[in-house]
Amino acid sequence: MKHAKGLKRLVACAGVLAMFLGVTACGGSKQSSGDENVELNVWAWEPTLKAATKEFEKKYPNIKIKLQNAGTAKEQYTALDNAFQAGKGAPDVAQIELYALSQYAINDRLTDLSDRTKGYSKFYNPGTWNSVLVNKKPYGLPFGSGAMAFFYNKDVFDKAGVDATQIKTWDQYYEAAKKIRAVGSYIAADSGDAGFFDAMIWQANGHPYKLSADGKDLSINLDTDKGTQSFIKWWQKMIDEDLVDTKTVIWTEDWNKSLNNGKLASALIGCWIPTTLVNVAPDQAGKWRVTTMPTQDGSAVNSNHGGSSLAIMASSKKTDAAYKYIDFISRNQASIDARVAGGSFPDDVKTTESKKFKEATTVKNTKGDDIEYFGGQKYNEVLAKAASDVIPGHATLPFEVYARTVFADDVGSAYTDKKITLKQGVDAWQKHLKEYGKQQGFNVH
Amino acid sequence: MTFSKSAAGPADVANNQQPSTVNKHRRDWRGWKFMGPFAVAFLLVFIIPIIYAIYISFFEKRMVGGTVFAGLSNYKRLFADGHFWSSVGRVSAFTLIQAPLCLFLAALLALAIDSMRLHGTKFFRISTFMPYAVPAVVSTLIWGFMYGAKYGLVGSFNSWTGLHLDLLASNILLVSIGNIVTWEYTGYNMLIFYSSLSTIPHSLYEAAAIDGASEWQIVRRIKMPELRGSLAITVIFSIIGSFQLFNEPSIMQNMVPGNTITSYYTPNMYAYSLSFAGNQSNYAAALAIVMAVITMAIAYAVQLNSLKEQMK
Amino acid sequence: MTSDILDESPSAIRARERRRAKRVARDERAERKRAAKNGFSNPANPRRSMTLTLVTGIFALYCLFPFAYLIINATKTQSDFTSTFGLWFGHTFALWDNITTVFTYEDGIFGRWLLNTLLYVVVGAGGATVLAIMGGYALAKFAFPGRKAVFAVVLGSISVPGIALAVPQFLLFAKMGLTNTPWAMILPSLISPFGLYLMWIFSEQAVPTELLEAARVDGAGEFRTFLTISLPLLAPGIVTTALFAIVATWNNYFLPLIMLKDANWYPLTIGLNQWKNQANTAGGHAIQNLVITGSLITVVPLMIAFLILQRYWQSGLAAGAVKE
Repeated sequence: MKHAKGLKRLVACAGVLAMFLGVTACGGSKQSSGDENVELNVWAWEPTLKAATKEFEKKYPNIKIKLQNAGTAKEQYTALDNAFQAGKGAPDVAQIELYALSQYAINDRLTDLSDRTKGYSKFYNPGTWNSVLVNKKPYGLPFGSGAMAFFYNKDVFDKAGVDATQIKTWDQYYEAAKKIRAVGSYIAADSGDAGFFDAMIWQANGHPYKLSADGKDLSINLDTDKGTQSFIKWWQKMIDEDLVDTKTVIWTEDWNKSLNNGKLASALIGCWIPTTLVNVAPDQAGKWRVTTMPTQDGSAVNSNHGGSSLAIMASSKKTDAAYKYIDFISRNQASIDARVAGGSFPDDVKTTESKKFKEATTVKNTKGDDIEYFGGQKYNEVLAKAASDVIPGHATLPFEVYARTVFADDVGSAYTDKKITLKQGVDAWQKHLKEYGKQQGFNVH
Repeated sequence: MTFSKSAAGPADVANNQQPSTVNKHRRDWRGWKFMGPFAVAFLLVFIIPIIYAIYISFFEKRMVGGTVFAGLSNYKRLFADGHFWSSVGRVSAFTLIQAPLCLFLAALLALAIDSMRLHGTKFFRISTFMPYAVPAVVSTLIWGFMYGAKYGLVGSFNSWTGLHLDLLASNILLVSIGNIVTWEYTGYNMLIFYSSLSTIPHSLYEAAAIDGASEWQIVRRIKMPELRGSLAITVIFSIIGSFQLFNEPSIMQNMVPGNTITSYYTPNMYAYSLSFAGNQSNYAAALAIVMAVITMAIAYAVQLNSLKEQMK
Repeated sequence: MTSDILDESPSAIRARERRRAKRVARDERAERKRAAKNGFSNPANPRRSMTLTLVTGIFALYCLFPFAYLIINATKTQSDFTSTFGLWFGHTFALWDNITTVFTYEDGIFGRWLLNTLLYVVVGAGGATVLAIMGGYALAKFAFPGRKAVFAVVLGSISVPGIALAVPQFLLFAKMGLTNTPWAMILPSLISPFGLYLMWIFSEQAVPTELLEAARVDGAGEFRTFLTISLPLLAPGIVTTALFAIVATWNNYFLPLIMLKDANWYPLTIGLNQWKNQANTAGGHAIQNLVITGSLITVVPLMIAFLILQRYWQSGLAAGAVKE
């Protein structure tokens, strides 16, 4: 940190005021060892973590967890970046979404967990474990999976004469979309969602990004990558023929209401969506179903959309206690049960395949009522299958957070006003990303 | 000693014993006793961070290779950055239309409320100021709902009239944001104008009435000149405020599709995405410095002269 | 300024002004009555106009309309909120239920946020008002070195986009150990550039320099003069300045978002924002009804503050109006 010196001088004069105000800077925290009482700072926004943490504190009464919601997703990353830059204030453990993990790992912000996690790969669903690996080393433990699935409103599909369970390929999905459109609904809403874009490339076995092992050489080939281009071609057709609602933005009031009145009849989305559906579209309870994703050629492959991990900050001085915590949250059955009860999707094979989980037919809403949202379907059976189909080894950019922030800047027009094609938009995005990569010191190819 | 006893206490006696020449000698510095606390807080919250921002604007921070001295390269890059200039153009257009409109409405409102010709003056004074009390997060949420072309009020309006109005479409969105800002700040400006009108001595009106001045003459000759003084400062604050447009568009960003609100929609939003999503706080610092210079230049050109006169 | 004023004590002056204001108000009422009866129009005490009231009324309606949305939706349950028309009531009237839930959700953290906000307003906005009064008074009444530069520097500094300053501010505060403490919220709140300007103008107009000179001749200390003579004369300006500072602190959003990461120190705006975002995450609970009700509860205290302050403000303005 070259600036630090200059700042120190400036701070010196300000320090007088600090003393005047009676503020004392906190001293460094004590090194933890063994059984001594420790307090861990944890930043996470995932709501089920609270219940799981209570389980942890029952088992480890001498480790106190200070669980803080430091903002959702990007807000929390901002806070993390600020704390890293300031050299203090970073937590011991933070929730980091799978797509952002490599960014923090490459910048040496996270603790390499290789030595502690031998043999863990078998414990988790395959795609999930691979998502926490950066250059083959794990930098976090899985925490909330996001395997994709095809959620649909059976009422609307029946009206249109479509059997969603028979949709296996992208072409069949396209044909179904036309029929759904004919009865006045949309099969999907997408106004330029970078997360969905990445998940679909992944599913199409696209590998547009490659980072060398030393983290210096980066190649970005969205324009020549087969998976990327085949998705773009298909989705362009959907947009051109007005089969995708490009005006309705996910998580908005319009989106909620479109789901609730059936105008939006299905969603290709992560398996964490049931708790959302039951709350935002209560009028459609009992009418929704779920099936596996349509794929390019009809084969049973899948990808993740969302999903998080818990990672230990490299700056933490309480690595042992922190590891006990994330290991418990991610792998202890009591914790997993608490999280699943709260609506989280399990990451481990055992729970995913357990009878109790697979037989569930109800979803809890905010009030705590059990709702048969999927009309009695054992929806977790489908989701468990979806989770086992995830293709391992998808890489994201070392600056994926930024890339997603500016995705809509470059590609959005292909959705919103359709003045450009998806291909043109993605080309512009690639140019932008390459330029940015160079500015950040990578050798970009 | 003509001053009443109630005002003079023991402390004054002590003061009296000091030779008055000492006082005179230090006379000029006394003001700082009062200015000091503000100055210290200001130093801490603004001046030091600004100096630091200027300092870091000469560096470049990279994911690979760390921080390096970059000379003026951030500034050079900025002057060639189309995103930056498009955002400056957008807020300039916004300022040019929204600020005068908002101030004009506020002045009319202040004159109307001050005229004493309204039934329920108190009600109007409160109700028109109320929007200012609503946090930007909440007001943008509310207006965002109303703008909804599908299920919002605009949507209902469309289904009644068969029109296809979309206030969130990219070509009209700036106007819609302008409406939110106008809603939030008209009452605020009104209050400033109103309080300056209230300082007009009553006797002046009485004298004017005796001279047979009409109400319009009073507005033109007495009230308007009084408003002009506060106009200078409200114009400057409006320019600074709208050049820093951030809360409304960034909260709305999640409500509108695709590229309707880009990450470089306003200079402040651009600085945010550079600094917080893009790991480029050095470049953002350069942007901030240049924006401050632009803002000051415009504010100066528009109003600072009249402000100076007023301050003499 | 006649010299006999100097012979009176400040409290006597104030009492005299109060009597005068009362007399004026009484005269005005009588005049208005007479005017209404005789149809006689006097520009100082004009007749009320229905047309003007209606035109202003339209604008008032525009100002109040969004509040109707806020109030109506605060009465809805979560499911009514998504499934019923936004500008009319839902199937169940859940306002009290919502209010209770707002204050009990997540172990009643909302109450904590409310208290935090009050703390920030009392210390932060209160401090801002004090600093602005003193600073404005200094600018108006003392020819100290650097006086002319002060306001230019203030205006120049607030022209720097605040967002880009957030990183340097954060780093500075972090080095001083102030992040995640109430100071991170209070210190920035202490600066009210507009308050400074307002108090400057007000001091210039409301505090006669002759009065200060007289006090100095009598040997009164600067702070004593300020407290006993100037401050009472500044009352109306102080109320306005305080009002602006309170609103600014109450609604402060961006800086605390960066500075505070401990939910126990959040002000209401940040807390509400967190609740709002929570619905948009995997497994998050949709609690828009709580967000809306919480927003309403956030706005109400400011309305009350404004109503209360308005009373002082009015009498203050009447007194301030007597600059002869």
